[in-house]
Amino acid sequence: MTATEGTTRLVKGPGMLLVWLYGVMSVGAVSRSIYQIASEFDRAPLAYSLSAVAAVVYVFITYTLVRGGEKARRAALVCCAAELAGVLVVGTWTLVEPSAFPDATVWSDFGYGYVFIPVLLPLTGIWWLRKSAEAA
Amino acid sequence: MLDVLTVAVSAAALALAAWCGFAAFRDQSTKDWHFIGMAVVTFLVLVQLIVGIVQLARGEEAEEGTTIFVAYLLGALCAVPIAGFMSLAERSRWGSATVAAGAVVLAVLEVRLHDIWTVG
Repeated sequence: MTATEGTTRLVKGPGMLLVWLYGVMSVGAVSRSIYQIASEFDRAPLAYSLSAVAAVVYVFITYTLVRGGEKARRAALVCCAAELAGVLVVGTWTLVEPSAFPDATVWSDFGYGYVFIPVLLPLTGIWWLRKSAEAA
Repeated sequence: MLDVLTVAVSAAALALAAWCGFAAFRDQSTKDWHFIGMAVVTFLVLVQLIVGIVQLARGEEAEEGTTIFVAYLLGALCAVPIAGFMSLAERSRWGSATVAAGAVVLAVLEVRLHDIWTVG
């Protein structure tokens, strides 16, 4: 479906719920990273850096979803794939080598601490972004 | 006092989640009654925020630190109203689903708030 001026609106229907969840993850990840990096970075530099990366990815996806349009849709799709890869890599990494992570990241144990939302969100996101393309 | 409020807010948030989730299930958008429900929940969180700040001002301390405690209180206050506004922009079942998700997020924040405040 096309909205005004032929841009793909991504924030409609299930997209609204998706934006909300990405928004929550963004706020959560950003505030968590800022706090951890500002107050106790030396304790677990790797974990906190990865959390910061996750935060940036979440913020960017939220922004592209709100912005809409074909270019933003593609960018969001790439980021969702990167996010999924990140969750899987970091999730596996934390299980294989827990000693590298004195403290948890957002993506530790496949997002166990966040009710597995980090691993479910990119899958839903990819589904929604592909569906929006077909409808457009 | 804070414990009672945390339990009350959690229960109210879960009830709101169930209610709006039911609306989404029945393919309905959020109605006036849902917004009154959101207002009630938000009011409870506002009371919690005030009580929390008063407790801090009286010299009590949150186990995991004041900054985190206040940040979570503010986050809890924002969750439902923002979801409510989003449901105004999305007049379909997905608006209701967004509010339900917002209420679930609030319930999770309450559990974390309890951990942050309580020693042990």
